[in-house]
Amino acid sequence: MTSREPTTNNDTEILSMLDILYREQSRRVYATLVRLLGDFDLAEEAMQEAFAAAVTQWRTEGIPTNPRSWLVSTARFKAIDTIRRRAKFDKTIEEHGDFLAPGSTEPELFDEDTFKDDLLRLIFTCCHPALSSPAQIALTLRETCGLTTEEIASAFLTSAVTIAQRIVRGKAKIRDARIPYEVPSQADLPERLDSVLSVIYLVFNEGYSASSGAHATRVDLSSKAIHLGEVLLELLPDSEVMGLLALMLLHESRRTARTDQNGDLILLEDQDRSLWNQNQIAKGIELVQRAMASADFGTYTIQAAISAAHANAKSATETDWSQIVALYDLLMQAEPSPVIELNRAVAVAMRDGPQIGLNLIDEILARGELKDYHLIHAAKGELSRRLGKKIDARASYQLALELAKQEPEQRLLQKRLLELNE
Amino acid sequence: MKFICLGYADESKFASMSKEEMDAAVEECFAYDDELRRGGHFAGGEALQSATNAVTIRQRGGKVDITDGPYAETKEQIGGILYLEAKDLNQAIALMSKHPGVKFGPFEIRPADEEFNKLIESRSKALQAT
Repeated sequence: MTSREPTTNNDTEILSMLDILYREQSRRVYATLVRLLGDFDLAEEAMQEAFAAAVTQWRTEGIPTNPRSWLVSTARFKAIDTIRRRAKFDKTIEEHGDFLAPGSTEPELFDEDTFKDDLLRLIFTCCHPALSSPAQIALTLRETCGLTTEEIASAFLTSAVTIAQRIVRGKAKIRDARIPYEVPSQADLPERLDSVLSVIYLVFNEGYSASSGAHATRVDLSSKAIHLGEVLLELLPDSEVMGLLALMLLHESRRTARTDQNGDLILLEDQDRSLWNQNQIAKGIELVQRAMASADFGTYTIQAAISAAHANAKSATETDWSQIVALYDLLMQAEPSPVIELNRAVAVAMRDGPQIGLNLIDEILARGELKDYHLIHAAKGELSRRLGKKIDARASYQLALELAKQEPEQRLLQKRLLELNE
Repeated sequence: MKFICLGYADESKFASMSKEEMDAAVEECFAYDDELRRGGHFAGGEALQSATNAVTIRQRGGKVDITDGPYAETKEQIGGILYLEAKDLNQAIALMSKHPGVKFGPFEIRPADEEFNKLIESRSKALQAT
């Protein structure tokens, strides 16, 4: 089973191969080990030891035919050693008995499906709804993306201690409340998938909306989220996974166009569309079409379709606003919310004129909704400006400025106010 | 593994129900409890009287202080406790999601602290032996 190639591999070849394996496969190896060992920390430790062992053993024995399986088997033996060592000091370690005798010393072969299933188990366990949202995010980034605690902390601009606590408590809850390491049953899948998708989307948005040049050392959360989406799609080709991935790719395609050199925001209609990443747009549109072709697409797919309609337009004026309004109608049916209603109102304004959009926005405000949401006042200001109602526009922009929390957004609103005085 | 399910309910909801409605609701819950029994998941339970009959005691300034009513004055109060036997949290959630009681208020599902329960048990045994 473990036929070796002749030992012609030189050191650099082995090291670079291990480097690639670590980067691309270590989370799958880890996910399988968590299942076999039933313990996150033991699995992590054993995996690191297995990679270290590979450096020396592969030099003398050659690279195994199935390196991933070799790593899992070796890590498993290392973990058994660790447990036996601990058992000498602690007689209560009996619970690990089930894997203490794997039968043979010959490395087992683990096939592609096993690795895929285990990685799905890991993802669903980290995003289990019994865990708090911050714990889900921290665990997902730590366990399934392999980020360090420090990297997660700096990405979320918080302390490593806080993140470490979330991870430790999350793992403790998984163990103590007995959250099983499994892929949910078909009946529970839609709901459980929702929580996985929302974790990925939260990670993406953190990287997308907090983007500024000020934190060069921050891990790029958006690209981590996109990568997670790609992995999830490979494991679970569900229409909403396609929809979310498409949505992220289409948003990401505009990254360079949405801020200027000073980090100031540039709105969609003012963006230089030649800066949009056509490769990401093409991928995004293809995914939207595939998702829409299935019968059971949901809100991520509809949002992605809206984003795709923008991506297809050569300029803001050439945008197919009727299609966008129709998609917002669909979104309102699927998930009614005042924020979606606001976005729809803006699209209607583009299709039918600013006054009609303004009336729709006033209806939302008259119901007492979104009063403290800066973007509703910014939209009102913009539509009033287009109608030449300078006093109304100024009042709305001023209110938006008072409510806005992000610096780039505040600067944009200040700019709009100044323009009104010209 | 044992899970303790604390069933909360808005008592004012029950007050507005007719006797027939109330009987039907109880019957529905009992029928589901039977289903849990058949699957080996029902490990006992306790129904509680109204929270207005509750007394809360706490230590204040070195003395035990007694107050009328439940510990937390919320709209929903614990109305009953169910001991559930399930293989893991997912099974516990799946079983309790189908319990008709969830229509009247939330269930809080808490894993039993087996370590601590062992201590309690050995304590009981030790005392019996003397």
